[in-house]
Amino acid sequence: MVRAENVHKSFGHLEVLKGVDLEVRAGEVCCVLGPSGSGKSTFLRCINHLEKVNAGKIFVDGDLMGYRERGGKLHELREKEVAAQRRSIGMVFQRFNLFPHMTVLQNVMEAPCRVKRESKSEVRERALALLDRVGLGAKVENYPGQLSGGQQQRVAIARALAMRPKLMLFDEPTSALDPELVGEVLDVMKDLARDGMTMIVVTHEIGFAREVGDSLIFMDGGVVVEQGAPREVIGNPRHERTRAFLSKVL
Amino acid sequence: MPVRHPGRWAAIAVLAVLAAMFLHLLLTNDRFNWRFIFVSIGDGKRGVMFTGPVLEGLRGTLLLTVSSMVIGVALGVVIAIMRLSPNPVLSWVAWLYTWVFRAVPRLVLAILFGNLGILWDRIGFGVPFDEQLGRLFGVSDLNLQFYSIKATDLLSGFVAGMLALALSEAAYMAEIVRAGIQSVDPGQAEAASALGLSRGQVLRRIVLPQAMRVIVPPTGNETIAMVKDTSLVAFVPVTFELFFQLQAISSRTFIVLPVLIAACLWYLIICSVLMIAQYFVERHFGKGYGATRRSRKRPVGVEGATP
Repeated sequence: MVRAENVHKSFGHLEVLKGVDLEVRAGEVCCVLGPSGSGKSTFLRCINHLEKVNAGKIFVDGDLMGYRERGGKLHELREKEVAAQRRSIGMVFQRFNLFPHMTVLQNVMEAPCRVKRESKSEVRERALALLDRVGLGAKVENYPGQLSGGQQQRVAIARALAMRPKLMLFDEPTSALDPELVGEVLDVMKDLARDGMTMIVVTHEIGFAREVGDSLIFMDGGVVVEQGAPREVIGNPRHERTRAFLSKVL
Repeated sequence: MPVRHPGRWAAIAVLAVLAAMFLHLLLTNDRFNWRFIFVSIGDGKRGVMFTGPVLEGLRGTLLLTVSSMVIGVALGVVIAIMRLSPNPVLSWVAWLYTWVFRAVPRLVLAILFGNLGILWDRIGFGVPFDEQLGRLFGVSDLNLQFYSIKATDLLSGFVAGMLALALSEAAYMAEIVRAGIQSVDPGQAEAASALGLSRGQVLRRIVLPQAMRVIVPPTGNETIAMVKDTSLVAFVPVTFELFFQLQAISSRTFIVLPVLIAACLWYLIICSVLMIAQYFVERHFGKGYGATRRSRKRPVGVEGATP
């Protein structure tokens, strides 16, 4: 489903990604661990082309993200084409980024109605079902400002799912939450994983990675230090850097 | 025993005395000539506030305010978007526009626009440089204008005044709109484009509605300032304007103060109406922020009836 080859990314002189490779199969949950500044969020944002990569390629479901290959050269895609590629990739942010001027229901309905131009009544039904699924069926007419962080993040997940994505990207979805609200968001994500959604999750929740993840990568300094089955990497890290990181967070 | 506030009582007493003095002045000093203002300026005529020419002038002032604000706001939004554009040429042109039109006083601009008709005989739409192109190919007097009008007709009076006010306003509005757009969390545009919205949709549906919360209050200020600045077009000259009409009466009747009071009253009335309108506009764009008392009071978990 996702294949990254030798991805490089720099901000000015600062090289954030120094050749990242990754392979995620359909239906797999891949967790990305690492200290802050290791480039894990940047890598996630490269996958749906919120950040342009400087070198390397990222394929999502066979499509090269952000570029077209012609005659051995890479041509940048137009904004419209990038937007079309993004439709099938859902993204959940650390700070929720719900639209504060719209109700919960409008937040979820916005993209399917505007981008895919689906019929309003159909979208509405699907949105209500999704909000029900994340446990917010009673809050559909509220504004995001009236919800707790955990509730907002669940709405954000429903908003991404409303586009029927093939892939979901989670950028530290529980890092901005009160500790007691983390569980409700992780439960929704577990439910999603059980349903067979392909997910890439940047997280600090070791427990979630061990329990739900099919694979785990540990990044530091812009490279993948270690990858493998979550239980193995967490239980028996081979690299000194991984061991040092895990000993601090566990 | 609650804490006593003798200072408050003293302040109230002082203000009460001042208010009483002011009221006494208004009611007993017959040089205000309230009859002249409200009832009649002469046999069979209405008070100065309600005479025909003054009401005409009032209409002109309102029309000028509305039209120059509409153009000013629309053009201001365009310039703000240009200014924030990744295209350096657009951004620079927008900066240049703001620089010029904020630097020149409105009064000077109004007079300047009133005299711009000197530059051309006729103003029209058509192929640019048609005369020069014609000469290049040996045709003299090539005219590719589809529609044109005598410049002094177009730029006389009302249109010149309106353009001066609108173009000047656009420069200020551009800065206000830019501040509004930049006040919106960049995460909003990011989330929207991650959902697949196009750049135009992100701007129209997500960023601008949120920017409006920041844009509306200073725009209210600008509108109120515009009501008063319309009096500057008297120098274009435009006579279809409230203050000019009132002054004309005072120079004819030699009654000065009551006429000025009448002008103050009209401007007060217009601005009061505008302030009420601003309150409702602000409430509309404050939706979802708990800025309005109504939404704050709604208990969480109870579904509201309004979407």
